[in-house]
Amino acid sequence: MALDAKIPAGPIAHKWDNHKFDVKLVNPANKRRFKVIVVGTGLAGASAAASLAELGYQVEVHTFHDSPRRAHSIAAQGGINAAKNYRNDDDSVHRLFYDTVKGGDYRAREANVYRLAQVSVDIIDQCVAQGVPFAREYGGLLDNRSFGGAQVSRTFYARGQTGQQLLLGAYQALANQIQLGNVKLHNRSEMLDLVVKDGVAVGIVARNLMTGAITSHSAHAVVLATGGYGNVFYLSTNAKASNVTAAWRAHKRGAYMANPCFTQIHPTCIPASDEFQSKLTLMSESLRNDGRIWVPKEFGDERPPGQIPEEDRDYYLERRYPAFGNLVPRDVASRASKREVDAGRGVGPLKNGVYLDFADAIDRLGRHVIEERYGNLFQMYERITGEDPYVVPMRIYPAVHYTMGGLWVDYNLMSNVPGLYVLGEANFSDHGANRLGASALMQGLADGYFVLPATIGDYLAPQLGSQPVTTDDPVFAETQRSVEDTISRFLSIRGTRSVDWFHRELGKIVWDNCGMARSTESLEKAIAEIPALREEFWNDVRILGEGDTLNQSLEKAGRVADFLEFGELMCRDALHREESCGGHFRVEHQTEDGEALRNDDDFAYVAAWEYTGDHASPALHKEQLEFENVHLAQRSYK
Amino acid sequence: MTKVSEAPKARLERPVHPAPKEGRRLPFIVEFYGSAVAKKWLMAVTGIMLMGFVFAHMVGNLKLYFGEKSLNHYAEWLKEIGEPIFPRTGLLWILRFVLLGAVVVHIVSAAQLTRMNRRARPDRYQAPRDYAAATFASRTMRWTGVIVALFVVYHLMDLTWGVGGAEWTSGEVYQNIINSFERWPIAIVYIVANLALGVHLYHGGWSMFQSLGWNNGKFNDWRRMFAIGFATIVVVGNVSMPLMVVTGVVN
Amino acid sequence: MKVTLTVWRQPGPTATGKFETYEVDEVSEDMSFLELFDVLNDRLVGKGEEPVAFDHDCREGICGSCSMMINGRPHGPELGTATCQLHMRKFQDGAKITVEPWRAAAFPIVRDLVVDRSAFDRIVESGGYITAPTGSAPDGNLILIPKAVADSAMDAAQCIGCGACVAACPNGAANLFTAAKIMHLNLLPQGQPERWERVTNMVQTMERYFGSCTNHGECQTACPKEISIDFIALMNRDYIKAQFKQRRLASQRG
Repeated sequence: MALDAKIPAGPIAHKWDNHKFDVKLVNPANKRRFKVIVVGTGLAGASAAASLAELGYQVEVHTFHDSPRRAHSIAAQGGINAAKNYRNDDDSVHRLFYDTVKGGDYRAREANVYRLAQVSVDIIDQCVAQGVPFAREYGGLLDNRSFGGAQVSRTFYARGQTGQQLLLGAYQALANQIQLGNVKLHNRSEMLDLVVKDGVAVGIVARNLMTGAITSHSAHAVVLATGGYGNVFYLSTNAKASNVTAAWRAHKRGAYMANPCFTQIHPTCIPASDEFQSKLTLMSESLRNDGRIWVPKEFGDERPPGQIPEEDRDYYLERRYPAFGNLVPRDVASRASKREVDAGRGVGPLKNGVYLDFADAIDRLGRHVIEERYGNLFQMYERITGEDPYVVPMRIYPAVHYTMGGLWVDYNLMSNVPGLYVLGEANFSDHGANRLGASALMQGLADGYFVLPATIGDYLAPQLGSQPVTTDDPVFAETQRSVEDTISRFLSIRGTRSVDWFHRELGKIVWDNCGMARSTESLEKAIAEIPALREEFWNDVRILGEGDTLNQSLEKAGRVADFLEFGELMCRDALHREESCGGHFRVEHQTEDGEALRNDDDFAYVAAWEYTGDHASPALHKEQLEFENVHLAQRSYK
Repeated sequence: MTKVSEAPKARLERPVHPAPKEGRRLPFIVEFYGSAVAKKWLMAVTGIMLMGFVFAHMVGNLKLYFGEKSLNHYAEWLKEIGEPIFPRTGLLWILRFVLLGAVVVHIVSAAQLTRMNRRARPDRYQAPRDYAAATFASRTMRWTGVIVALFVVYHLMDLTWGVGGAEWTSGEVYQNIINSFERWPIAIVYIVANLALGVHLYHGGWSMFQSLGWNNGKFNDWRRMFAIGFATIVVVGNVSMPLMVVTGVVN
Repeated sequence: MKVTLTVWRQPGPTATGKFETYEVDEVSEDMSFLELFDVLNDRLVGKGEEPVAFDHDCREGICGSCSMMINGRPHGPELGTATCQLHMRKFQDGAKITVEPWRAAAFPIVRDLVVDRSAFDRIVESGGYITAPTGSAPDGNLILIPKAVADSAMDAAQCIGCGACVAACPNGAANLFTAAKIMHLNLLPQGQPERWERVTNMVQTMERYFGSCTNHGECQTACPKEISIDFIALMNRDYIKAQFKQRRLASQRG
């Protein structure tokens, strides 16, 4: 099947406006005749559900959390970008668009990114109106900061809790609609399958996590806003429950998975301290503004950092990238750390980190300035590691943070399965091969508040008068049965190893072989090892308890089973992409100084994978990317 | 459009109190009183009235130290205040009824709130709690309150109605007090009750600011100091009287 | 290090629960308290016993999922810290630690340490929002907000909805949660049109589920975000004002 992205014609600045005029509309009085299921209540899901309900659609929302407010968007610290140009520093929609395409290493769809930059300004207005307490200047105007090495100050923030405040804004709007009866909320309800009839998405099957009840839900359209798959690596900055299940089950029902190998590794996380480490904690990227990154020059230098003299230290980022120094983009900084640690110069008890040192900044600016800028981060670091970063340099190491890949969607955010929309991190659309800081929140809210509400009518309008396929239809019974069978199968294995053990093993395989640096050899190794582990999982996992109560092992088993399948696809995608771009670094494709080497001639496309069966290789579909407004160039930060 | 394969076992979420019926508007005062925040506000307002009474009562009775004539004259004056616009004892009775009303509102609200709070946590913690902020005073409010209420009944019997067991003559306030406080077990009752009152005031004198919403960074530190100061003055003043009588300093 | 955990086990909402004691050895002091439970659960599964159910998700102190009563205090002994950020180095080797679920009528136990906190959602649904349908917003800088006001609103808004305030309150009251939510919006200019309706509806919904505030101050000590009970006083003031206010004249000063 040819992938048609349905990008509107016309100059890029007018595409979105033209498109909004061209899409079919549903009459306000008729909107209530349409039912939409939204799965996930993060920024994208909650904002979409609230906005659709405001328009008049009947919305049914599913979240596997106890409350919509707990979705992992809440943990975003830094901020949200918008091309407001409040700082008079020459920001514009076009500049945000350009920065995003370039930052994504030219693997994003131009039209989507331009639209994202356009609606970014409306997002800020919307959030302010909802009562999001963004940081303010003394004059009462909104404050901005520069973020992630951007050349302009376009990031809006609410202390170090921007994600929390934006999510609460969307959650409040959702709560309003729940109160008005326009949204029906199902909490602790995990989507376990997509129901597809005649190639069209008609509903979902979900499990109530408290009672174990499996239920079918039908609608005219299904919206997935279920986040990214970073937890395939086991250790990541994602929340423990973040998973790929909804997206993967949709993939197995026909939706294409695009660019799964594009994963982002964040350079400043606290390194793992022991084998029991359950997740990694991110320290805001802003720390690199004042901290200097170094490792000892000598291998196995056991001296405490304070006793290592200046001449025995290697400030490797400053040495290798004199122009950007410690502020190189995330992917470059991450790979450089890995290089030092792999070479045996890592620091800390497990030799798995590099120093981020504030001694010079404290000398230069005084401790109180550092305290004002980073006080809460330093406190968090001390709480976790027990070390005082004012005295001892922080230890940091990269960790999986965000996934740019996801289900393939067209310009309307609809997947190749009609009626199935995918928003936020769950889709692949806007960040290409690497995401800029403070852009994830922007994309989630753009999709939910502004894009989907405008485009969904195009699909729904022609269906006026038709009822959704009822849950009595055999297709629902069949899907529900397959979900129930999987659960019974899990409970009947009664093997010897816990679900977490398998997850950790999978994590090791993908991190070692498909992490910050990938090679043909490592990827082939992973592609051989993952199916073996999957086999072992299905024979030896031990899930105790029953299916008709709260059973957290059972929940995890379903998610890990999907990661075990997804991980293989991710490695296959990485193996097929014979180039280095953004977060995807193939050791075979690098410049003489070890920088990523893109191959625009052969790989300037979106790789969308079709599921063809449990034991068959996935089929590759390509969406060629056209760059008409941004000139392709090699990134250089020297 | 939702098909359930099996009925959910238990609907977990359950409000402790039913929602008010739609469409029925109760009189404002009933609706107002229905809320716990309003009850606490009323407890603060009535608490202030009672604090005013307790303070005036203490100051008036300190005339004990100025001799029989002074105290008895003060007692007589209480009956006369408000004359001639009010008849003799008229204003006193009005004040008494206002106070009685305040006491009733204070106690009934407290009892209803206590009941509400018990229902809000029917299953108590099974392991010991480690309180970090709650004080002895705040956690014993209902007990110090009950002690003070019972004491007030006895106090009225003892020195207003003259049925407390000691020799009592109407109008001979000074002598009645001496007669009563000379019995040392009764003096101890008075002292203990006033200590309970002090503990009650220590929390109540601070808590009322919160319930009334009087919160301002400029004077928040003074709220606690006010409560400590007020409780101390009342306790010292009130306890001194039985103490001085039973030790024979005043007789 | 080694610790002795006494954990509340309850198989279901209506089942009777009891404490079980587990010895956990080879505990690293760099472990978080939840990782201690991961280890315990791994070992329980190894022995064929059902793991302890507990709520957790982000493990960085912001989602508000984790909820354990540790040695009689919500989220344990460390102030301003959620359970997930509590580390084992805060405990002595050989410590005896008792862990219970939150207890309140409005937070029924689902299983072991997991409780249902949906009552909080009901409070928010009853008014914890500003009605601002998507697309209707004016420019973000149109309405100026003094920095101090925005900061106060943020102080209240950073509530993570974990329920520690209810768990800590001797009365099982949710006044700190509700006050934080109300005052976040009532302090902002955008929140003024619905101010009096909001406080009335949210307080009344709160009182259907929870106990009443008697100003112990336990909640602010237990709060992982250290939200002040000053907001409770402000909520009380707004609530009483709202009852006496002629709302049709609410926009008039005074």
